[in-house]
Amino acid sequence: MCLAIPGKILSIQEADSLMDRSGRVSFGGIVKEVQLGYVPEAQVGDYVNVHVGFAICIIDEKEAMETLRIYEKMNGIVML
Amino acid sequence: MKFIDEYRDAEAIKKILPQIHAVITQQWNIMEICGGQTHAFLRHGIDELLPDQITLLHGPGCPVCVTPLQQIDKAIELAAMENVILCSFGDMVRVPGSREDLLSVKARGGDVHIVYSPIDALKVAENNPAKEVVFFAIGFETTAPANAMVILQAAAKKQRNFTALCSQVVVPAAMEVILSSPTNKVDGFLAAGHVCSVMGYHEYIPLAQKYKTPIVVTGFEPVDLLHGVLACVRQLQGKRYEVENQYRRSVTRAGNVSAQEMINKVFRLVDWPWRGIGVIPRSGLVLRDDYAEFDAEKRFQLHNISAQESKECIAGLILQGVKKPPDCPQFGAVCTPDHPLGATMVSSEGACAAYYNYKR
Ligand code: SF4
Repeated sequence: MCLAIPGKILSIQEADSLMDRSGRVSFGGIVKEVQLGYVPEAQVGDYVNVHVGFAICIIDEKEAMETLRIYEKMNGIVML
Repeated sequence: MKFIDEYRDAEAIKKILPQIHAVITQQWNIMEICGGQTHAFLRHGIDELLPDQITLLHGPGCPVCVTPLQQIDKAIELAAMENVILCSFGDMVRVPGSREDLLSVKARGGDVHIVYSPIDALKVAENNPAKEVVFFAIGFETTAPANAMVILQAAAKKQRNFTALCSQVVVPAAMEVILSSPTNKVDGFLAAGHVCSVMGYHEYIPLAQKYKTPIVVTGFEPVDLLHGVLACVRQLQGKRYEVENQYRRSVTRAGNVSAQEMINKVFRLVDWPWRGIGVIPRSGLVLRDDYAEFDAEKRFQLHNISAQESKECIAGLILQGVKKPPDCPQFGAVCTPDHPLGATMVSSEGACAAYYNYKR
């Protein structure tokens, strides 16, 4: 149930109320309409995690890269 | 970067795994709260890569599994009503109530719609003005903002034929029940990443301190899960009991504040019964009085049948990490996904279903 899938925002339909803010989001090529009211600062090109049709957070690309770098550094060395 | 493949990378797995083997010196029980993570562990075979000293316990983070029998019976009663369309997430329709499930009501002519999003349920209401449309609003903190938003949309649109039957719960209250129990076996927790995307992780800090239990906020891909286990084992071995955030790309300490505000605007916390576990103080989210007109329990005269649990099913013990699915004598014999005795065997996040699908 708490599954949330990362997708890339292709376009945004701005609205007077955040209740009506939506956009088209691509999930590896499959495009769906997604509610964007909970990520008011999200822009076209951003990745968001989408749960039951709602974006619940923007994925932070910098943090993602940094986490991946941690794994690279683990090469053979045991880090405590 | 697509934020999926990078976290399924065999190279990264090969780098993290030896770290876990290198630091571990004793037996630890680690519980992943979220049923989605239980399935990910078993589906990818990650549990088999871990050192033997680690026992994974599977937590209560499966909304379908913990929805009380009374609420399922109410949904069934509603679905059987002449002028009602009941909208439910797909997982819920095969969960056994006291006497039957929603699917059998549908087979008898009850109007049950399976929806992917709460928004779809509201659309059903707009498209069927002559019918009463009830949305079975289940979920944890991840889903509550979506449920809250459609209630607000329904209020704005004055969609008077739309109501919600709520069964929403919050995670930290259940963790406290597990940790404070005399039968508790959990040494460390992996907290559910997407619950924390919404709520942040500040709520977990007092729990980690009070019960001297590390809590690692963890994502859902194989690399995330291994990294979460590593962080948890490192803390346990070093006698540290902190909240750590493995899932930084999607979780901040404060979480999604506007989503939290919306949950608080529409719902309030009440003592709530969890299926198989019992009443947990301040763990359920129900509609505030301002939105009472969208409350199915107020709109309809529903019977509070004293629901009967199957005596053979030990799902409650499994959800608290006291037992594991193969410990259940019914598992795979009497109880299968086609003939489930408990919700944990049907839900796509249920621990019994995970063992049935991946470990037989
Ligand atoms: S195997 Fe079936 S009967 Fe046993 S605990 Fe799981 S759901 Fe209940």
